[in-house]
Amino acid sequence: MAEYKLRTPLSEDVIRELNVGDVVYLTGVVVTMRDTGHKRAVELLSKGERLPVDMRGLALYHAGPVVRRVGDRWEVVVIGPTTSTRMEVYEYDIIEKTGVRMVIGKGGMGPRTAEACKRFGAVYTVYPGGAAALQAEQVRRVLDVHWLDLGVPDAMWVLEVENLGPLTVVIDSKGRNLYEEMYRMARRRIDEEIYPALGIR
Amino acid sequence: MSSSLEDRLLEATVKLIEAAAVWLPSDVEEALRRAYEVEDNPVTRSFLKAMIDNVEIARAKRLPICQDTGVVMFYVRVGDRFPYIGLLPSILRRATVEATRRIPLRPNTIDVFTGRNPGDNTGRYMPWIEWELVEGVDYAEVTVLLKGGGSEVVARARNLTPAEGLKGVMKYVIEAVYEAGPQPCPPVIVSVGIGANVAIAMKLAAKGLIRPVGARHEDPEVAKFEETLLQAINSIGYGAHGMGGRVTALDVHVDYAPRHPATLSVAVAMNCWAARRATMRIYADGGIEYTTHPHLNKEVV
Ligand code: SF4
Repeated sequence: MAEYKLRTPLSEDVIRELNVGDVVYLTGVVVTMRDTGHKRAVELLSKGERLPVDMRGLALYHAGPVVRRVGDRWEVVVIGPTTSTRMEVYEYDIIEKTGVRMVIGKGGMGPRTAEACKRFGAVYTVYPGGAAALQAEQVRRVLDVHWLDLGVPDAMWVLEVENLGPLTVVIDSKGRNLYEEMYRMARRRIDEEIYPALGIR
Repeated sequence: MSSSLEDRLLEATVKLIEAAAVWLPSDVEEALRRAYEVEDNPVTRSFLKAMIDNVEIARAKRLPICQDTGVVMFYVRVGDRFPYIGLLPSILRRATVEATRRIPLRPNTIDVFTGRNPGDNTGRYMPWIEWELVEGVDYAEVTVLLKGGGSEVVARARNLTPAEGLKGVMKYVIEAVYEAGPQPCPPVIVSVGIGANVAIAMKLAAKGLIRPVGARHEDPEVAKFEETLLQAINSIGYGAHGMGGRVTALDVHVDYAPRHPATLSVAVAMNCWAARRATMRIYADGGIEYTTHPHLNKEVV
């Protein structure tokens, strides 16, 4: 395991160096989208239209913040990752067409995302779910917001972050998926050690 | 009823919800700190460290521990001689609205048919209230549980055949934890209900989530079953957020009711590490006592 401090825009070379299990602290710009945001983004992109933000080299974050309006600015009260599997159906297209280099979420993603990471040079990382107050301290400010018609959590928030982390690489660009390996290990332990010890099966 | 009593109970309940949202109960926090001590995988430790730091920041700044502040559920144990029972339903509902605005909580109640989110965490049957009548006492004990979504997608229930027995129950629970993987934000609290039908089993499982971490079932046989399951689950090796480690569950709670001759129903509910709950007692004289968050007793309600 290695630890990296990275800065956006993220280059393909840097991203391709990362391995599953590496820990990243990210400084720069992240853009949030949940499932409804992904759906809209994919629809726009498939019509050849542009997204409100050029996401090349940026990080895409599966998150819906709790925000507060202070004067004419927005302030993040707390923010944390949401379950990424809901975005699995969209992510290949998003990675391919936006040039985003890092996806941040929780809970893991599937083979299509892994395929996109390998092909286009991206990684999927997880942030410890639930650590929302800590993370709010890592958000410097809200740079912009789009698609507020989707509701506050589902809008596209453009955030400036400083040392956002710990982010663990769960899918790298070399074809490894940490959670899949973990499921396999767990299966082996259950079948070979836990069940025999309990006299199950 | 004097309006001042009503106002006080309302304010006390808003405080209760706030305590749950921003201040992790000490039994859960201590269990997280123990997990940090026993893990040696550096990534897992860095995650646990972030979670513990987060608990401290949330408490100091009065911020929600997690951005998913869940659905608001109340468990009320009410004495048959408690004088203010008629006040409670409207107070619990109004406190939910006020707490949503004040803390703030994320508005999480979306009408299934209209898609409308009223923005205040209320709705048909919401906040959810479970009543339990306690004979011979004159106080009410109100527990609020803020139940997040991530740990809910992994809940399940099934009718086993009686022949599958308690071994079958164990297997069902272990498979539930296996399949849940990192989704419910482990280390989790696993709660198991067993009974004659899935309604009873799930009700018992859901209620087990408000039992403190470390509190064993009063029946030694059941307590042993809980410990066996806890050890088995922690041998799976997921650790915090699936980063690999010894603590996948902070605790396992089991409760049961008799089965039917033809059925053995089992239900599994889970709560994430951010197991946010708070309990207060309302006494017959209108006095309030916070039992999970005793520091609040010093503040004038
Ligand atoms: S499972 Fe719990 S800790 Fe994780 S994101 Fe949901 S509410 Fe927060």
